[in-house]
Amino acid sequence: MTTDPQSPALEVEGLTRTYGGLTAVDDVSFVLRAHGALGVVGESGSGKSTTARMLVGLERPDAGTVRIGGTAYDAVPRGRAARLARARAVQMVFQDPYLSLDPRVRVRDSVEEVLRLHGTEGARTVRARAVELLDQVGLGPREQEALPRELSGGQRQRVAIARALAPEPDVLVLDEAVSALDVSIQAQILNLLRDIRAERQIAYLFVSHDLAVVRHVCEEVLVLNRGAVVERGDAAEVLAHPAHPYTRLLLASVPHQGWDPAAIGRARRAMSNATTTKTSQGAAQ
Amino acid sequence: MTAVVPGMAGAGKGAPAVARRRGLRWVTASGPGFVLAVGVLVLLVLTAVFAPLIAPADPYLVDLSASLAPPGPGHLLGADDSGRDILSRLVYGARTSLLGPLAVVAISTVVGVAVGLVAGWRGGWVDAVLARAQEVVFAFPGLLVAVLAVAVLGPGQLAPVLAMAVAFVPYVGRLVRSLVMQERQRTYVSAYQVGGFSSFTIAVRHVLPNIAGVVLAQAVVNFGYALMDLAALSYLGLGVQPPTADWGAMVSDGQTAILEGALVQALAPGVAIVVAVVAFTVVGEGVADRLARRETGR
Repeated sequence: MTTDPQSPALEVEGLTRTYGGLTAVDDVSFVLRAHGALGVVGESGSGKSTTARMLVGLERPDAGTVRIGGTAYDAVPRGRAARLARARAVQMVFQDPYLSLDPRVRVRDSVEEVLRLHGTEGARTVRARAVELLDQVGLGPREQEALPRELSGGQRQRVAIARALAPEPDVLVLDEAVSALDVSIQAQILNLLRDIRAERQIAYLFVSHDLAVVRHVCEEVLVLNRGAVVERGDAAEVLAHPAHPYTRLLLASVPHQGWDPAAIGRARRAMSNATTTKTSQGAAQ
Repeated sequence: MTAVVPGMAGAGKGAPAVARRRGLRWVTASGPGFVLAVGVLVLLVLTAVFAPLIAPADPYLVDLSASLAPPGPGHLLGADDSGRDILSRLVYGARTSLLGPLAVVAISTVVGVAVGLVAGWRGGWVDAVLARAQEVVFAFPGLLVAVLAVAVLGPGQLAPVLAMAVAFVPYVGRLVRSLVMQERQRTYVSAYQVGGFSSFTIAVRHVLPNIAGVVLAQAVVNFGYALMDLAALSYLGLGVQPPTADWGAMVSDGQTAILEGALVQALAPGVAIVVAVVAFTVVGEGVADRLARRETGR
């Protein structure tokens, strides 16, 4: 999908989602600039995943608009043309690579079927393009022939990334995409993601609870607490000098030297008392 | 005696990947009872297919001089009241006795999968309507529906087969519905949705193959129950009509012979029915158990 290079990759305005009485996502607005990488951080239940699912059309927002590459998209795509357009605008890599692949579909087929759906024609061209994508994410001929269960978690996540890149989306939503992986594998996947962004015109929305990972991948960061944005800005700046008490709390919660869980617990209670006017709670994960 | 399908609720644990390399080891690993039952089924099918080669005599050849002849060299299992060779009638009877259930299972599985897939995937009012419709079918015992069908369509195989097919749909439909509901929660379904695939493609090309193993196991169990029910209808004179060789009809024919002390004519087809039903049940549940175990012990 060709887009105006001047317009931001993703503009989200007033995104809201409630479940019964719980506000999972509360009037969230942000902009992801073209070719940028925006981290979305927060605890479990802060609304990160719900936000991600609404962006890709898996979840219907109660209110708000999503514009990708300057084009507004329906809440949930209806009809073939709308589905394909949405898929070429935004793709997603899911948290658990053990569940996000059909266990019966071989690795190369899972990329080929996406390519065919999105109009790549000719068996040879489809094959060549799939091999190219899988090579790019570091999967050799043996892995390309494999079923998902024959691969490690890191390899499966590479498959998921190749599949997500196949429709050539403007935006890639990574929903806790490395959280289920070992630390050493995490680093490999993060490096892969960095390389991909360097080579392609693609922007990342990187949803994570892991602040260190976000600092590594993203230029900007958005902090969500109980579905609402509490702080945003340059990733290094926000994570080095957090302005909002919740961000400070998140950073303090990461185990480090002189770590005091009891103090964090007190601070957490103090903060939740201060915000009891809000009824929203974690339903997002 | 409505067909009760025990054990299947436990088998509905979602859809495992059916291994490509099942092979002999897969069969033998399920224990001697399972192996024996598989052997019986293979033997039954071969008997039905090659009946003309296996049967020692013409199953329809009446020879009143041999009436109720005891088992011996001329008639291995003896002869019936009309002097027909019982073994040959058993062998040919395997054909009618297996073809009926095959039709029942084929129809009920195709319809049940369609109903269950739509209900489980769409949910909401569609699911509610289909669930009510299936409950209505459930409310009538299969054999009663079959008797009604015979009253309308006349005796013969057609009416009982159609009626039993309808009666079996809810067993398949409910199982498929619950399997689909579990399967569609899986992330790979979301991944295909994000990829732009239609619901139809995802449901038919990805969800269905992943639940096919459990559905197939249910079909095998259903086969045994359908065989039993159809034999019962033939026994009652509502299904297969004489002189066609059929196990249920043979039991019925043999009743008068029992009074004269010749047990084999009724007993042999009765044993054949029991062995076949048990074999189908053991195989179907064995497969379902294994699929469920693989699913949980991933």
